[in-house]
Amino acid sequence: MIEQARTTMEQSAATRSVVIERELPHAPEKVWRALTESSLIAEWLMANDFQLAVGHRFSFRAAPVPGWNGIIECEVQVVEPYARLAYSWGTMGMENAVTWTLTATEGGTHLRMEQSGFGADQEANYKGATYGWKRFIGNLEQVVGGLD
Amino acid sequence: MVFCMQVDTVDLFKVLSDPTRRAIFERLTREGEQTVHALTDRFAVTQPAISKHLALLKLANLVTDRREGRETHYKAQPKALAPLVDWVSLYGAFWRERMDRLESLLERMEP
Repeated sequence: MIEQARTTMEQSAATRSVVIERELPHAPEKVWRALTESSLIAEWLMANDFQLAVGHRFSFRAAPVPGWNGIIECEVQVVEPYARLAYSWGTMGMENAVTWTLTATEGGTHLRMEQSGFGADQEANYKGATYGWKRFIGNLEQVVGGLD
Repeated sequence: MVFCMQVDTVDLFKVLSDPTRRAIFERLTREGEQTVHALTDRFAVTQPAISKHLALLKLANLVTDRREGRETHYKAQPKALAPLVDWVSLYGAFWRERMDRLESLLERMEP
């Protein structure tokens, strides 16, 4: 099966966001299942108690690392079956929004993920009591070291 | 004498690699402005040593100082840490990796 993968990242100074787009050789209905069934989400993203209902609060849980408890608090904001799914994404004192957009194409689905809300103020929010500085800096060195 | 030094990300790491300097910075971040004397009392380090740590923190723009009478007050500037954390880049790498996993899951799923 020929797979076309396209990844783009857009950044603008005012409201920075992460955008990743891919062409998937699968029907939107199938992609939708992978995005909205808790057990399937766990296979590719993180352990979760997601439910497909606007207003449902849930969390993603990753293995804790020093300086981060591994918990991401979310709330389902938009459910448009096979087309659009959005939830808030709160962790480390930052509040983002993650929006999935599915568009049917000849060969399958165009999938777009946007994580928005990286304002300058947001990024300064990680200072202060919610965060353990010492551990944070130690962990950051590992993260940055692993980026090469 | 004028010092003109460029402090980049690597230097920030160096400055914060010392546990005592991190502890001083953390305390100033949590508790607000403090004098050298107050800080010396809190840490089991001599005043010249504390002053040296503070000078390095100041060089990295992590603290600012203000003279008042015979005392110098130091204040944390946590925003100086911003270059260390590029959330957009970190999340970009995170989502790319997760999207790869999503694609391989889709391959394994029934149509």
